[in-house]
Amino acid sequence: MTGIGWIQIALFCAVVLALVRPLGLYMTRVFAGERTLLSPVLAPLERGLYRLAGIDARHEQTWLGYGLAMLVFHALGFLLLYAILRLQEGLPLNPMGQAAVAPDLAFNTAASFVTNTNWQNYGGEGTLSYLSQMLGLTQQNFLSAATGIALAMALIRGFSRASAGTVGSFWVDLTRCTLYVLLPLCVGLTLFYVWQGIPQTLGAYVEATTLEGARQTIAVGPVASQVAVKMLGTNGGGLFNANAAHPFENPTALANFVQIVTIFALGAALTNVFGRMVGDERQGWAILSAMGALFLAGTAVTYWAESAGSPVLNGLGLTGGNMEGKEVRFGIVASALFAVVTTAASCGAVNSMHDSFTALGGMIPMINMQLGEIIVGGVGAGLYGMLVFVVVAIFVSGLMVGRTPEYLGKKIEAREVKMAMLAILCLPLMMLGLTAVATVVPAGLAGPANAGPHGFSEILYAFTSAAANNGSAFGGLTGNTPFYNTTLALGMLVGRFFVIIPALVIAGSLAAKRTVPASAGTFPTHGGLFVGLLVGVILIVGGLTFFPSLALGPIVEHLAGAAGQTFSTGG
Amino acid sequence: MSRPSSSLFSAALIGPALLGALRKLDPRFMIRNPVMFVVEVVAALTTVLFVRDLLAGAGGLFFSGQIILWLWFTLIFANFAEALAEGRGKAQADSLRRTRTEITAKRLTGGGRAYETVPGTALKVGDVVLVEAGDLIPSDGEVIEGVASVNEAAITGESAPVIRESGGDRSAVTGGTQVLSDEIKVRITAAAGSTFVDRMIALVEGAARQKTPNEIALNILLAGLTIVFVFAVASIPSFASYAGGTIPLVVLVALFVTLIPTTIGALLSAIGIAGMDRLVRFNVLAMSGRAVEAAGDIDTLLLDKTGTITLGNRQATELRPVRGVSEQELADAAQLASLADETPEGRSIVVLAKERYGIRARDMASLNATFVPFTAQSRMSGVDLEGASIRKGAVDAVIAAASGQPAASRGSNAALAYLPAAETEIVAEIRAIAEAIAKAGGTPLAVAKDGRLLGVVALKDIVKGGIRERFAELRQMGIRTVMITGDNPMTAAAIAAEAGVDDFLAQATPEDKLALIRREQAEGKLVAMCGDGTNDAPALAQADVGVAMNTGTVAAREAGNMVDLDSDPTKLIKIVRIGKQLLMTRGALTTFSIANDVAKYFAIIPAMFLGLYPQLQALNVMGLASPQSAILSAIIFNALIIIALIPLALRGVTYRSVGAAALLRRNLLVYGLGGILVPFIGIKLIDLAVTAMHLA
Repeated sequence: MTGIGWIQIALFCAVVLALVRPLGLYMTRVFAGERTLLSPVLAPLERGLYRLAGIDARHEQTWLGYGLAMLVFHALGFLLLYAILRLQEGLPLNPMGQAAVAPDLAFNTAASFVTNTNWQNYGGEGTLSYLSQMLGLTQQNFLSAATGIALAMALIRGFSRASAGTVGSFWVDLTRCTLYVLLPLCVGLTLFYVWQGIPQTLGAYVEATTLEGARQTIAVGPVASQVAVKMLGTNGGGLFNANAAHPFENPTALANFVQIVTIFALGAALTNVFGRMVGDERQGWAILSAMGALFLAGTAVTYWAESAGSPVLNGLGLTGGNMEGKEVRFGIVASALFAVVTTAASCGAVNSMHDSFTALGGMIPMINMQLGEIIVGGVGAGLYGMLVFVVVAIFVSGLMVGRTPEYLGKKIEAREVKMAMLAILCLPLMMLGLTAVATVVPAGLAGPANAGPHGFSEILYAFTSAAANNGSAFGGLTGNTPFYNTTLALGMLVGRFFVIIPALVIAGSLAAKRTVPASAGTFPTHGGLFVGLLVGVILIVGGLTFFPSLALGPIVEHLAGAAGQTFSTGG
Repeated sequence: MSRPSSSLFSAALIGPALLGALRKLDPRFMIRNPVMFVVEVVAALTTVLFVRDLLAGAGGLFFSGQIILWLWFTLIFANFAEALAEGRGKAQADSLRRTRTEITAKRLTGGGRAYETVPGTALKVGDVVLVEAGDLIPSDGEVIEGVASVNEAAITGESAPVIRESGGDRSAVTGGTQVLSDEIKVRITAAAGSTFVDRMIALVEGAARQKTPNEIALNILLAGLTIVFVFAVASIPSFASYAGGTIPLVVLVALFVTLIPTTIGALLSAIGIAGMDRLVRFNVLAMSGRAVEAAGDIDTLLLDKTGTITLGNRQATELRPVRGVSEQELADAAQLASLADETPEGRSIVVLAKERYGIRARDMASLNATFVPFTAQSRMSGVDLEGASIRKGAVDAVIAAASGQPAASRGSNAALAYLPAAETEIVAEIRAIAEAIAKAGGTPLAVAKDGRLLGVVALKDIVKGGIRERFAELRQMGIRTVMITGDNPMTAAAIAAEAGVDDFLAQATPEDKLALIRREQAEGKLVAMCGDGTNDAPALAQADVGVAMNTGTVAAREAGNMVDLDSDPTKLIKIVRIGKQLLMTRGALTTFSIANDVAKYFAIIPAMFLGLYPQLQALNVMGLASPQSAILSAIIFNALIIIALIPLALRGVTYRSVGAAALLRRNLLVYGLGGILVPFIGIKLIDLAVTAMHLA
């Protein structure tokens, strides 16, 4: 670890924190339906869209109406994406003549993008046409991100409203999020990335002759726009297979820095939106602090583990950091930081190969996801996932002040607890349950490239990443098989919607409640004590469940490595 | 006044509780507690497998036999906690039952005093019975005729008799209490089996206990956590097979049972029963557990001024003479005027004169004095002595009387004093003094001797000692206090300020009270109040916690959701504390239970996987002797901690009025951090013992 490394991490945190309030203020105004800087341009467009779709923007929905609208919208989006992938061969914008995507892969990819996971079992440049990329994937990059934010809004309204029957309009939230938040930021970022050297073209791949005279095909495409939204919307699906490690997706140090910042930007700002909407910005900061504490701890461990390098090699007298699977131009700190950020935030874009991290360095990204992507998390999803944990933390310890647990004046009762537990349950069920299946059936055992604990980690990482809707992978796993395509898609769908629906029920239930005014007897939820409690509950309730699996994967791999032991295939 | 409290673990309670613990192993009973039911299911399953292995003559059964034994101990300990809590209530219920032996009733037939003797159990609602001196009142009812002194020691423990009379606010009588003098006619308001004492017995025995809202929510959380751990444990065999080995079922079961929140699951119902029990010890009877829980959530407390905040009556506190009159002179006149005045105000003037001015009581007869009683017209009282007349009373009335006095009766000096200019000066001075007293929350009484205004006696409501500190404490708890009084706003404001209440409702009518409660509730607040009169009934019913005084009317008792047998309005504050204590105890033990999991993982995971990966020995941070001793120690700790925490569950976590933030910090430190650390130490110690005894 070096001083300059820590300065980079500190600079990253400072920039993200600086963006929290301005972005939070802007988004609060957008979702409150107030005038913003962009209203003169976008308001007519917005009204036109509503007229076209026959939406009454003043009509608000109950949690059930909101949820049904969201589900129908996603079902149609899923079908559209699946159809595009299956039919891309005959559709326009296919200069490279890509063939139709296989059914199981198309199913996996559709589930992946609809759920904001962006797990890529396909190699982008070798499989998908530009139409599939743009109309299919990029469209979902926007809409799945907007959906996450919309749902966070519904839950925030549950806390901020009192005795209300409705939680907002899904259609309006979706439209305003896309139009006022994602699109303008993406346009700006795309221009920035183009300036940094990222290609943006609809032309065919470039043929080049190398110095030795060999012919080489250089894949290009509408990369800059895709990169902008994949980071901002915590999607993570790159145009190229190598994702952000590819020089066309991530050409410079500055581009790399901006990309990491944009992964966190909206998710961090949403905590401020939350604070503003419930009338106390400190509440937002408290939640961001809990996220920040977990993030810094994870970053420190990964940075330390990667700097210390492989214990096996250290044992052989080869000291120095672990550079396997990392771009030399990014080095250890930018790779470690990227890995922690991308897994903390449900992004899943990678600028280094997590599979090649040290055992402990690679364990942190896994833990980040196992906690449910709540460390800033996916846009919107991180906040509502975190609020689910807040409900549990408040309930477990809120009783200790001698009152029925309350959060922001809302009593946490049986219904909220039931839904929060349901949301928390589905993650270990998918992550551990599917891993348990894959580690015994032959189709599952065929996947990992490594033997021993590391092979186990590859399987565990895949299902963890899917259920947490992250999308990053331990690259060693061969995922494009009918078994993994199907099971991973199942993990992604359950991991997304079985959290969303309970969160919406909580939103509806809370909105209908009266708000109890705070008093000296009320559990204070804006101080360090609450932050500590929340972190503790997240680690114990959310994290300990995975201790046995981590012990059998990265932990034993690390301990074995320290003892100089390795595991070989067929050994 | 409370009954002598039995110690937590008296021998008389433990025997029956142990029996009860075994009886409660019945699955039909266990299913009410999801966490412990799951433990029972796995215990039964492993027992069946154990027997099968035993018959098959398999080896290595000593270890699994011990694990299974401890699983059953875990269950029995949990049931023991509940049975013990119930047993403590039962002891009280039995003493109640003894008072309710066969009562015969004198049921009135037709008019007059004609009655037939019937057993108390044959009475129906609406029957009218005659109860004479020495009789036990056969059932709950309302006095419709007569007045009697009643010994209610059977239910209140208070031996001093109380007066029960028809009409008014003291008309309710309770079955099982005894009329000491006189006779009353009682209309029966409760059928046999549903009387007050019956309900009390059912409540303290825990038979009528229903799960409270928070308890239901907590059970859901615990069930959810149990399912999470099902996933965590059920996936292990696959993981182990990937690593090329197997994990014995009994080890998986041990891990599962130690991880699921058995500690709080075992103690949850004991905590609830003990909370109820604690209320009963304070002579408060809650009609539902829900009300006890609501008491902890109270945001606003409505308190009647009289009797709660102030002593019952106004008392003389100060004498303020006009210029030219000494305090001693005023005191002498005021005392003379009050000697025969039997009102509490009058007596207090005599007391003040004696205590502060050393004027002894004088004999009215020897002074040849005649008492002039208070009338609504004169609004004064006083004495006529030989050659002098003294009057005290409402300021306006005394001034009017003084100025209207015929000149002839004035003394020679008085002529000078009663020059018109001086007269108005004195009147103005009297009025100024009176106004100052009224502003300070007192009531002024003017005193005049022979038509000469001497000064003013200040009567004041005496705020109870220590009440200000109580309110400060309540404020720290986050509870707002509102004083309810019939006084005018000026007086009310002054008393409110002196007592330190947060707000007051002056010139309050029952409708005002009801409106105030509704207003508070509309803001999302929970309101508690106490009351006794029939006109309090709507407000009592509207309040989230309505404490009816036992001396009150039947209507009030029916409307409230708690009855205070001591009829002490300040009891509300205690009730709130008990409610908070109940919630806190649940929270503390839940936190403790969940925090315990950290150590249990560190005990069992390395032990479980050591055969697969010897490197995991590094995770054995406690340095436990062997995998078997580690697993056994964890499961033993898990069972013993239940026993260790029974006293805390029954006694409750101490509530301190220090504000939520400080309270949370303290409890998180003790039960959160403590919950993480204690099992590390406990499991290590048990491991040392287990190893020393060669159990594993």
